[in-house]
Amino acid sequence: MDFTQLLQNMTNGVAKGSCYALVAVGYTMVYGVLQLINFAHSDVYMLGAYFAYWPAKWMGYLPDEKGGRAQDVPLALVGLFVVGSMAACAAVGALIERAAYRPLRHSGRLAPLITAIGVSLLLEYGGQMVFGTEPRLFPTFVEAQSYDVAGVKFANTSIIIVVTAAVLMGALTLFVNHTRQGRALRAVSHSFNNARLMGINVNATITMTFMLGSSLAAVGGILVAMDQPTITPLMGLRMGLKAFVAAVLGGIGSIPGAALGGLLLGVSESVVAYWSTTYSEAVAFLILIGVLLVRPAGILGSSAREKV
Amino acid sequence: MAEPLLIVEKVDVYYGAVQALRGVSLQVHEGEVVTLIGCNGAGKTTTLNTICGLLRPRLGRVLYQGNDISRRPAHELVRQGLVMAPEGRGIFPNLTVAENMDLGAFTRSDKAGIAADLERGYALFPRLRERINQKAGTLSGGEQQMLAIARALMARPRLLLLDEPSLGLAPLLVKTIFETIDRINGEGVSILLVEQNANAALKHSRRAYVLQSGEICQEGSSEALRDDPAVRAAYLGGQ
Ligand SMILES: Nc1ncnc2c1ncn2[C@@H]1O[C@H](COP(=O)(O)OP(=O)(O)O)[C@@H](O)[C@H]1O
Ligand SMILES: [Mg+2]
Repeated sequence: MDFTQLLQNMTNGVAKGSCYALVAVGYTMVYGVLQLINFAHSDVYMLGAYFAYWPAKWMGYLPDEKGGRAQDVPLALVGLFVVGSMAACAAVGALIERAAYRPLRHSGRLAPLITAIGVSLLLEYGGQMVFGTEPRLFPTFVEAQSYDVAGVKFANTSIIIVVTAAVLMGALTLFVNHTRQGRALRAVSHSFNNARLMGINVNATITMTFMLGSSLAAVGGILVAMDQPTITPLMGLRMGLKAFVAAVLGGIGSIPGAALGGLLLGVSESVVAYWSTTYSEAVAFLILIGVLLVRPAGILGSSAREKV
Repeated sequence: MAEPLLIVEKVDVYYGAVQALRGVSLQVHEGEVVTLIGCNGAGKTTTLNTICGLLRPRLGRVLYQGNDISRRPAHELVRQGLVMAPEGRGIFPNLTVAENMDLGAFTRSDKAGIAADLERGYALFPRLRERINQKAGTLSGGEQQMLAIARALMARPRLLLLDEPSLGLAPLLVKTIFETIDRINGEGVSILLVEQNANAALKHSRRAYVLQSGEICQEGSSEALRDDPAVRAAYLGGQ
């Protein structure tokens, strides 16, 4: 057995899993407050990549039709594009909640679920109409480099992915556990009415939840796009599935669960890929089925009405 | 007498097609403790939820401080000092005692005032201070009730709605809770108290209403109601 290769796969898996975690946390937070699987979330992730792609394209940071060389985007602009994309996705997330889910708040659980699938399809096919179906080359946000440590290669994009995800997940955890708005979020996820009695505006808190999840998904979209480096309007399909499995695996409703689930899934896939890349894709499904059979609440999930 | 702090005026409330309140009217004056008694399912909780904005009356209106609040959302009313400690206590079990207390002051931003009120709350219920970092869900029933009341006080209520604060508590704790209600009232907070423990509630209030099948069937001074044979038979175990 080639341990270096196995180790290489595992480090790649950590990077992949970090991206799953960034997206999974949006599923888990929305589920925590609304008990709704927001299927459109993975398409917000896709939009996140496009929202960073466009301004870079307009400003000429992509190879032109005549085959001119692509330019690196200056770091300050990268920051601006990322923050802009986060803000745009936050707005889209808030809009989806307001337009599609809020009117159905009191219509049971099935109607919002079907609507969520509808919104997702709308974004996927709308995206194909607006952006075209062909994959687009993503601008170079950082020059690719790789470091060799005892035969294991660390790509700088992988390091950026892991560090960014860790910082954002850490910040989110601090926010949820140690701020007023974070406490409000946890209160709302327990009971709308009891939260209202504290003077908490429940609708505003739900909007905030969608905005947080969507802006993290935007970063996920950009990180994956940088790594690939192509984007398509359907790139949310696979990510949606993986991130959802990660959220269920970690315990849907739990933020640390989303992080753990994402990492576990990313690493398991990559380890299986050591033996067979064909079967590595099936791992997500196997894990989902396994978890649902053995521990439906997920690793860190509680079966009680206690979430986020 | 001055304009009452709270006026509930001929309120009808429905759950879907089912009517839960029929023409309920009641008043609470500034500084009063008013009791609302009634059997299980009479509509007591529905009445309180309607006052605090969690439910909307189909007919009638609710006036607080002279303003019609019947269409105002609950979270806005908290800011105006209309605060409820709900039935079943409504604490957040996955949050610590301290976090629950902080949420009680969610609408406020006067740091010094909040700190002083925290101190006052923990002085009122020293047991809460000992459990400050414990998840509220791990508290005993009595401690949870203390937390519910202490947390409600963190909002600086002008009118406090208490829904069955003594439910399921040991007699000694019930006594503590009622003494606390007296103390809170002594500090100038008006209180509308819902109780099945009618005996104690009538002892600790000035006036009372009796609710039966969604209608107010009797009202008067608490003392008079305690002596009323019909009330004794129905709510005081006939003693
Ligand atoms: N959420 C609800 N949906 C439908 N009916 C309800 C609901 N809550 C209470 N009711 C009904 O309204 C009536 C009054 O209930 P409630 O106000 O809880 O009574 P109480 O607090 O006096 O025990 C009861 O008949 C009860 O079954
Ligand atoms: Mg009740």
